[in-house]
Amino acid sequence: MNPPVPMLELRQVSKRFVKRLDTAAKLGNFFGAGMREEVVHAVDKVSLAINPGEVVGLVGESGCGKSTLGRIVAGIHQANEGERLWHGRVIADMPAAEARATELKIQMIFQDPFASLNPRMRVADIIGEAPVVHGMVKLDEFDDYLDQTMRRVGLDPGFKRRYPHQFSGGQRARIGIARALAVKPEFLVCDEAVAALDVSIQAQVLNLFMKLRADLSLTYLFISHDLGVVEHLSDRVVIMYLGRVVEIAPADDLFRGPNHPYAQALLAEVPRLETRRRRFEPVKGEIPSPLDPPTGCHFHPRCPHATERCKREAPVLREIAPQRWSACHLNDAT
Amino acid sequence: MTGGSDAPTLVVENLRTHFFTRAGVVKAVDDVSFTVTKGRILGLVGESGSGKSITGFSIIGLVDPPGRVVEGRILFQGRDLASLAENEARKLRGSRIAMIFQDPMMTLNPVLRIDTQMIEAVQAHEPVDRETARQRARDALGKVGIPSPDERLKAYPHQFSGGMRQRVAIATALLHRPELIICDEPTTALDVTIQGQILYEMQKLCRDSGTALIWITHDLSVIAGLADEVCVMYAGRIVEAGTVDEVLDRPLHPYTLGLIGSVPSRNVRGRPLAQIPGMTPSLLSLPPGCAFRTRCERADAACMEAPAITLPLANRPIRCVHPNLAASS
Repeated sequence: MNPPVPMLELRQVSKRFVKRLDTAAKLGNFFGAGMREEVVHAVDKVSLAINPGEVVGLVGESGCGKSTLGRIVAGIHQANEGERLWHGRVIADMPAAEARATELKIQMIFQDPFASLNPRMRVADIIGEAPVVHGMVKLDEFDDYLDQTMRRVGLDPGFKRRYPHQFSGGQRARIGIARALAVKPEFLVCDEAVAALDVSIQAQVLNLFMKLRADLSLTYLFISHDLGVVEHLSDRVVIMYLGRVVEIAPADDLFRGPNHPYAQALLAEVPRLETRRRRFEPVKGEIPSPLDPPTGCHFHPRCPHATERCKREAPVLREIAPQRWSACHLNDAT
Repeated sequence: MTGGSDAPTLVVENLRTHFFTRAGVVKAVDDVSFTVTKGRILGLVGESGSGKSITGFSIIGLVDPPGRVVEGRILFQGRDLASLAENEARKLRGSRIAMIFQDPMMTLNPVLRIDTQMIEAVQAHEPVDRETARQRARDALGKVGIPSPDERLKAYPHQFSGGMRQRVAIATALLHRPELIICDEPTTALDVTIQGQILYEMQKLCRDSGTALIWITHDLSVIAGLADEVCVMYAGRIVEAGTVDEVLDRPLHPYTLGLIGSVPSRNVRGRPLAQIPGMTPSLLSLPPGCAFRTRCERADAACMEAPAITLPLANRPIRCVHPNLAASS
């Protein structure tokens, strides 16, 4: 019996950002300044499989590469290495027309509802431009389609002639969602889609995400730094640290007992309504610069269990229990 | 410290701060009263536009025109700050009362080294020589957990990470061992593990030195882990106050109830969150009567009149005519 083919899969995907030397630096090097190109390994050999109908939460702190990974999944960034598969087929190898149709099925919702909407376009154009360009709606059905899309995300179609600045933050988030939904996607990448919203508005948008998932049978990759939000929405959670995945686990298992020391530290720091006046016992140190990551396991300078081996050798992601993957040398001991 | 140990550090009574804009009078803070005692942490919770930050600014005297404290008393160790002359207020500001802001990049001068800024802050209030001031700055940096403070004193703000910058801002606030620190969302822009570290430092400080703290935030779960008392603000008013345990375990005001229901947590995994319908009304066009009326499921004709502060339970002042008195689980 074969395991089901995942809807979307990443295989050993890496993304590097290189700051090239400019002319002045090259000239300096000619005289022995010794300037070197700076390379950031934003995403380092990440593999990930997402099944149809699943909500996968992607968690990590700033600079861990979660947004870059999300953009690779959405096809905005091209990976330097590795493959992206849609229902088991490599997207890069598809015929051009089919590849384009596939990319349309994967849409992205961005964090900042102020920066991600063109301030000079009316809401009708923001939402309606893509389906018209891609020939998904006929012009005489356009108005109905637009109204239907707006109603679906809880926007009054009467506002379609307005500009983004005339809406509140929560409504703007809904416009961003409607824009993504307008091309009938099957897969949504949500990059910190609720981070900029007030708690009560955030709850409304989270409820909308869950309703849309049920109505349209969508699959989500939900990127967030807020573990409470991820815990609430996700079936499975992926935790990243400095460009690498350190743990993948079903949400219930992860929040019951994280395996990786970083996951443990992260979960312990989450402020919760139930924990009162606790004594905060913080994890030591700061996130190292991705320009110059530590050798071996990236987490070893902050890890309370670090050994000599952790400094030398990067641990690989291994299955430690059914459905549970962790990248830590400590698991070898048992 | 002056006064008896039981005397509250800060008493705010009927504070009203209004902004006289061209579009009309914005009642950013409207009849707010609370008390902070020595060594205690008061959480001030609210969403954007609830007036929580302006309350903090009013206490430390940083409200700029067209804003003005129009009414009320701010008693700091028995002295009324609202009626203090500017030069008197200046002596207190930064020495007895300090404030930490959300964005440390805005607090620190980007073109001056950390030592220059911190020594200036020391000498502004105390006639000490440069070397003593530098010692004080170094000790303060060490206290907030900055490694090798001697070297870091010579650095510029951009050479620090966000978390470290916020520590520098906290260290600067601590230089004169203030009796009251107002923290305006100091950890909102920081990562979870860094936030944990900062909360740890602040909690320790409060316990060890008996500093009173006002912690302004939109995040109820931070308050749960940190504060002793909490005031929930909505549209310029405190709608509910009490100890953290009382308010979070048994919220009386429908807004607090909705706010707690909106926080995603493991208890409600996969189920829809209890959402508050609608959005925060503009302070320019508040509905008459109770400001929360339009979003409240309990609202009826009685809510057309602005609710006064009542005490449905002992020590639990709220502004609501329909408090949630059903015992919650």
